[in-house]
Amino acid sequence: MSEAGSTQRHPMTGNEMSPEAAGGMERHSFDVVVIGAGGSGLRAAIAAHEAGAKVAIVCKSLLGKAHTVMAEGGIAASMGNVYPEDNWEVHFRDTMRGGKMLNNWRMAQLHAQEAPERVLELEDWGALFDRTEDGLISQRDFGGHKYARLAHVGDRTGLEMIRTLQQRAVALGIEVFMECTVTELLKDGEAVSGAFGYWRETGRFVVFEAPSVVLATGGIGKSFKVTSNSWEYTGDGHALALRAGAALINMEFVQFHPTGMVWPPSVKGLLVTESVRGDGGILKNSEGKRFMFDYIPEFFRAETADTVEEADRWYDDKKNNRRPPELLPRYEVARAINSEIKAGRGTPHGGVYLDIASRRSPEFIRRRLPSMYHQFKELADVDITAEPMEIGPTCHYVMGGVEVDPDTELAGVPGLYAVGECSGGMHGSNRLGGNSLSDLLVFGRRAGEAAAAYADTLGAQRPRIAESSVAEAQSSALAPFAVEGGENPYTIQSDLQQSMNDLVGIIRTAAELEQSLQAIAALKERATTMVVEGHRQYNPGWHLALDLRNMLLVSEAIAKAALAREESRGGHTRDDFPATDPTWGTKNLVVTLSADGAGVDLHEKPLPVMPDELKKYFDAPPAASADKEAGK
Amino acid sequence: MGYDLKMRVWRGDQSGGELGDYTVEVSEGEVVLDAIHRLQATQAGDLAVRWNCKAGKCGSCSAEVNGKPRLMCMTRLSDFEPEETITVTPMRTFPVIRDLVTDVSFNYEKAKELPSVELGPRDADGKRRMMQVDVERGQEFRKCIECFLCQNTCHVVRDHEENKPAFSGPRFFLRYAELDMHPLDTRDRRAAAQDAAGLGLCNITKCCTEVCPENIKITDNAIIPMKERVVDRKFDPLVWLGNKIGVRNKDDDGRTEL
Repeated sequence: MSEAGSTQRHPMTGNEMSPEAAGGMERHSFDVVVIGAGGSGLRAAIAAHEAGAKVAIVCKSLLGKAHTVMAEGGIAASMGNVYPEDNWEVHFRDTMRGGKMLNNWRMAQLHAQEAPERVLELEDWGALFDRTEDGLISQRDFGGHKYARLAHVGDRTGLEMIRTLQQRAVALGIEVFMECTVTELLKDGEAVSGAFGYWRETGRFVVFEAPSVVLATGGIGKSFKVTSNSWEYTGDGHALALRAGAALINMEFVQFHPTGMVWPPSVKGLLVTESVRGDGGILKNSEGKRFMFDYIPEFFRAETADTVEEADRWYDDKKNNRRPPELLPRYEVARAINSEIKAGRGTPHGGVYLDIASRRSPEFIRRRLPSMYHQFKELADVDITAEPMEIGPTCHYVMGGVEVDPDTELAGVPGLYAVGECSGGMHGSNRLGGNSLSDLLVFGRRAGEAAAAYADTLGAQRPRIAESSVAEAQSSALAPFAVEGGENPYTIQSDLQQSMNDLVGIIRTAAELEQSLQAIAALKERATTMVVEGHRQYNPGWHLALDLRNMLLVSEAIAKAALAREESRGGHTRDDFPATDPTWGTKNLVVTLSADGAGVDLHEKPLPVMPDELKKYFDAPPAASADKEAGK
Repeated sequence: MGYDLKMRVWRGDQSGGELGDYTVEVSEGEVVLDAIHRLQATQAGDLAVRWNCKAGKCGSCSAEVNGKPRLMCMTRLSDFEPEETITVTPMRTFPVIRDLVTDVSFNYEKAKELPSVELGPRDADGKRRMMQVDVERGQEFRKCIECFLCQNTCHVVRDHEENKPAFSGPRFFLRYAELDMHPLDTRDRRAAAQDAAGLGLCNITKCCTEVCPENIKITDNAIIPMKERVVDRKFDPLVWLGNKIGVRNKDDDGRTEL
């Protein structure tokens, strides 16, 4: 490709793709660099820009394609538009209980308090939410939430959110580096000084000088075979943070969404929104039995309907009836489905039935669940208004992530922040549906403001980038081209996905987790000699080879933490330790990079203790206390 | 169930390229993107292709399958005969970067030119009120996943590079219409749509509507109403007279012309 051509390549960012040879490496200088352009990254960038910082967004895909578009159900926020009784205290309580009390209480509190204003802000920026009868933002029911609380747009809320934030960022003139992957964070002593990456399009390297870096890279789902996550979800932020000296917490908690498509094979794992159940859908096994009534755990018995009649009345009268068991937290439903399939009561393609066709009119289904209708019609040739869907659990979300300060999202390394799925603590051991989109907005804004404020305090005394670290990052990125005769990265990735799925899945045992650690060690060895064909221009094989290092490191973190936590809680189920153990309820498992940098170390750390004024929400018996607060 | 699919995939870059012949094993229920991925994993590790969600929701994997603009993830192999050769080429309206990946920056440039939403103040209680029936029109347009297939197929710019500076394309007419129909927006973008975005260049052949994977009625529900509103303002003699003598059309209440 000619140099002249390449300088015109990225006019949308205003950045010239300067040639490496003349004048050295392409360099840019910013106050705040945000890595990732999903909901949390965009919200952080907007906040930092509004605080006066010069901001760049760097993302692996085109703008507007991040995985936030896949979010379907809605944004949890206690606006009280449908149930005036709802308030932040009830939302806080639901979130903590959903996370089995392992959440960082301060994050859960801030989240519940600030979510409503963050939703209204989206509306200010052009989002068109579904409305109530009197014209307010409508709110829908979801698992684990006491009241109908999710602001939504049909079943494509994530698309609405990302488009709104994207359009806001464009209107503000924030610079976006699309299809640009960050491979290393750069530091000056203890502090962050910038980031190093490559343009996917040309394979050329680029250095960002910035005292503040916000990690907003999403999750790790691509390490599992059956997942709702896209190729981007390779744990980049998790791994970058580890290598920069930050810690990860709660990595043993991976959420398997109960309802993913199981057929056809090409879409296995693709998400079927929880709204199907919120809007009346029920789960049945191959014998036609509505089996969730057999799986109501003691912890949620008081607030869950135990008869079909009561469950069915709940959709219209939520005050006098308890919720259907289909809307128990996701890990409970996923485990129940898993048990039914294992007991031989599964469907022909190895799932169970999710039926809304026999319960709601075709018009209702098409209006409330247009994307699901479309998805099944186009991809599986199934008309969900006429027949049940076949579904099964799919790896969906990682609760674990970078350990951060709850108020500023600072990741323990000066200048490094983490938000959204790549941060940890907010959701404890299990995330409630709808709490992800609100998490992105609340903490995205907080991180953006803190990152801008920190950059501002430095004045001219900014951390510098050492040329040696740039050279090191460059040779590390080019290493796969130097190898000959090694393995193809696609094969290693596929073996990793199979191992994680089989050995670190929904139900775990010590023996299998130990086996997984051996498998990961072997894969790491194989990865040192993987080989890439072709050249640096838009080469997916090379991109995967680089991402794979992150996947391996993060997979090791998950397996190690899962082996250490000898109890079952939320998203972590140990067949050999089926009970929830109160002594484990007071500690987090923390993962850091090992001394040689090749693996991870594990430590225990006490969970921050909730102050008494918040503890009161958990004193009284569950169902009664919230009703009392609500003045019922 | 599985069979060997014959594929022709365009390989090359800015300087040129050609269709490569491949045979790839596929199985029941798969889509074109699965076949491309298998090709990548087993025969052509450096085959460049954009994709993300693989569920028709992100609009990344746009290409031309047997000459038709499609999302590869939503094009099922069962729509073709097993012995049929499937030809996959990059979108033609945008410059090729490599293989199936094109430079779609045209669209991001046009997005920057569009005057953004500007709502008035919130209600006294800090909330906003809009009726469902009023937001539904805009909601149809906000289903757009920005796959840019409508832009790719639009004959105003397909093979007419010279029209690109003056023409935003169907995706952005959709956006103009959305904002124009927003119950609380305060801007009048009709002049901008006509002059800066080149709405007048569209002669409503509906090609964009035909290729929209979200089934948005781009022409009927967005472009034609938008054209009518531009025409009302520009050519209706009564409106013209009203404007001259300073009578404001009720339609314009609360909106400021840009």
